[in-house]
Amino acid sequence: MRVVHYLNQFFGGLGGEEKAAAPLEIRDGAIGPGKQLEQLLGTNAEIVLTLICGDNYATEKQDQFIASALEKIRAADADLFIAGPCFLAGRYGVAAGALCKAVQSQLEIPVVTAMARENPGADLFRESLYIIDSRESAAKMGEGLARMARFAQKLSSNQEIGSPRDEGYIPRGLIRDQFVEKTAAERLVDMLMAKAKGQPFESEMQPATFERIPMPPGVKDLKKAKLMLITDGGLVPKGNPDKIQGSAATRWGSYSIKDCDDLKSDDYEISHGGYDPQFVRQDPDRLVPLDVVRELEKEGRVGKLCDEFISTSGLANPLSNTRRMGREIANKAKRLGVDAIILTST
Amino acid sequence: MQITSALPIAKMVSGNRVVLGNGIVQVVGDANASPEEEKKLRRRLVEKALESLSRDGA
Repeated sequence: MRVVHYLNQFFGGLGGEEKAAAPLEIRDGAIGPGKQLEQLLGTNAEIVLTLICGDNYATEKQDQFIASALEKIRAADADLFIAGPCFLAGRYGVAAGALCKAVQSQLEIPVVTAMARENPGADLFRESLYIIDSRESAAKMGEGLARMARFAQKLSSNQEIGSPRDEGYIPRGLIRDQFVEKTAAERLVDMLMAKAKGQPFESEMQPATFERIPMPPGVKDLKKAKLMLITDGGLVPKGNPDKIQGSAATRWGSYSIKDCDDLKSDDYEISHGGYDPQFVRQDPDRLVPLDVVRELEKEGRVGKLCDEFISTSGLANPLSNTRRMGREIANKAKRLGVDAIILTST
Repeated sequence: MQITSALPIAKMVSGNRVVLGNGIVQVVGDANASPEEEKKLRRRLVEKALESLSRDGA
């Protein structure tokens, strides 16, 4: 089995933070932690190539990084791709996750990475990939490598993959059919009894987890700030030009409000299947408060209202999808030099 | 910042600046009020939103 392994500049031996700008380099064979990994993978596996890249390069030039890495992995005729473990290193985790996802979808070979649950890469990619929980500290390197190797062997020999707890990967949020002895009602009462007795039990529903987002500093001077209006209430121009779906929307749109002081009911419609839209249909300002924001703008209370407002439909949408749209919208706001956003949510 | 009437959801996803809207079906509106009253209400909510945007810390 031909294996390609990805490491950052630190674990790849290039150097510390001063080498973080280093572009992708390749080495024949296993490097650093890859040597132990190769042993753990067993005699029929060989790390034929190691990719090493500086964390800043992999983050700032992610598209180039992934394109050239894919080319090397394809040329190496790899059967398995392994990245990390990345522990708590955020840039490393995000790069490893993005690269694994690209390899998985474009080269269609098994991929495994490992990082701490708190690594931002875990949150971004755990729904798409098997990410082994490496714990936080590189002192646990041996254990992390052993778990990765065990899992990689299973994955590449098409064995059935068990639950996150049994296999040691970060929960992906997948729901699977399973034959069980007891009905849901019986299992529920068992759990309730265990809870009442103070005994351990495991819920079958894992609520989604959300990382705490630190609060950015306040806008210093609103009189000079550029303000943007966003809604997830599905307000779209008549005819819904971007075909934004009313449920589980995969798209968002950006619509001009230049020289407009008041949203008119004739110009807009609602694409959202989750609330009674009659009031917003009568007056779209009930959802996107353009009329009063224009007043405040004229009075000089806010600097400048952005010429476009952004809209999507927030209903029954998988997190992976809403996070992607959130990132795309944030990038657009950044490009437009927006300082502050009012998001109105139904 | 976010204006919403679904406060539990905003809290669940760790929203930092949240102003309570006037209802799910009309976040910054009130169809039962007169147009003047309604606009006042909307203005009050947007002013609250601007206050929240200029605030530092939790």
